[in-house]
Amino acid sequence: MVELAAWLASLPVGQALRRLSWLVPWLQIIHILANGVILSAVVMIDMRLWGISRSQSSIAMARRFQAWIWAGLVLLTVSGIALLMYSPRRMLTDATFQVKMAVMGVAIVATVWLLLALRPGREPGAREAGGHKLAGLLGTLTLALWVVVTLAGRGRWITLLLMR
Amino acid sequence: MLSIKELMGLIQSTDLAMAISQGRGWFPALEMIHVTATTFVFGMITIVDLRLVGLLARGSAISDLYRDVIPLTWVAFVVAALTGGLLFMSQAVAYSANIAFQLKLATLALIALNMLAFRLFVYPGIAQWDRAAAIPLRARLAGAISLAGWIAVVSCARWIAYLMI
Repeated sequence: MVELAAWLASLPVGQALRRLSWLVPWLQIIHILANGVILSAVVMIDMRLWGISRSQSSIAMARRFQAWIWAGLVLLTVSGIALLMYSPRRMLTDATFQVKMAVMGVAIVATVWLLLALRPGREPGAREAGGHKLAGLLGTLTLALWVVVTLAGRGRWITLLLMR
Repeated sequence: MLSIKELMGLIQSTDLAMAISQGRGWFPALEMIHVTATTFVFGMITIVDLRLVGLLARGSAISDLYRDVIPLTWVAFVVAALTGGLLFMSQAVAYSANIAFQLKLATLALIALNMLAFRLFVYPGIAQWDRAAAIPLRARLAGAISLAGWIAVVSCARWIAYLMI
């Protein structure tokens, strides 16, 4: 990890960022914003899947919010990589960061799977039982995973767990 | 008449506040819930604001988006406000003297006014420009102010820790 961090630190992107360090708070804001958008879009889709809101079918809701999820993922990744380049050693050697990356990987897989399960034509009607159950489970799982990613992004809870 | 500092001291020494500040896990747990709830609020309002400003999702109806998002935003906001209040109580003296915290509250008040103004004066006419390519200036302004405001709130919130005594 330390060698990887050293290599990343030597890249021009990281060096440029360290010269323009005022950019970093903005990158963090974009990162938090993108995280919020993803969480919100997933929750919107889940509300339909859980049957809390029946204003329209799950497919229509998913179609409406999937653009937000994709945009959020792109912004999250770009800002995340830039922030990583800024202080690679501190992040790569942090256990919480590693947990966050691992869980985020699973979260992204779950998200993509959820969107695929809800693409038009896949689900005949809003009340079709079997397909709905899978989508509902996926939706809940995706949300839970992203919440864990959010919390890991805060960095405190690993220390908390270790303290006990 | 009590001074602000004395009042904050009283709040901080209530049983509830003491339980939070002295218990092993209460403060971090409350903070995690607070951060998660505010991330939701921030995320949902951003979605509506970006739509209002015309930057994203230009095809969809704003009113649909608004109606879908607002109830959940309220739930998340209430959770955020409650946990925020509890967190504040546990270190009321320090927080009330913290510039970043004061700015955060002031900005939240401004955002609340902006949202109220939007709901009362801009939203009622929405049928005319719900899907229009050209969104009226006042709607775009409301969206921009809201977006800038929430970014300021998050910045202040992160800044608080650095200024804590």
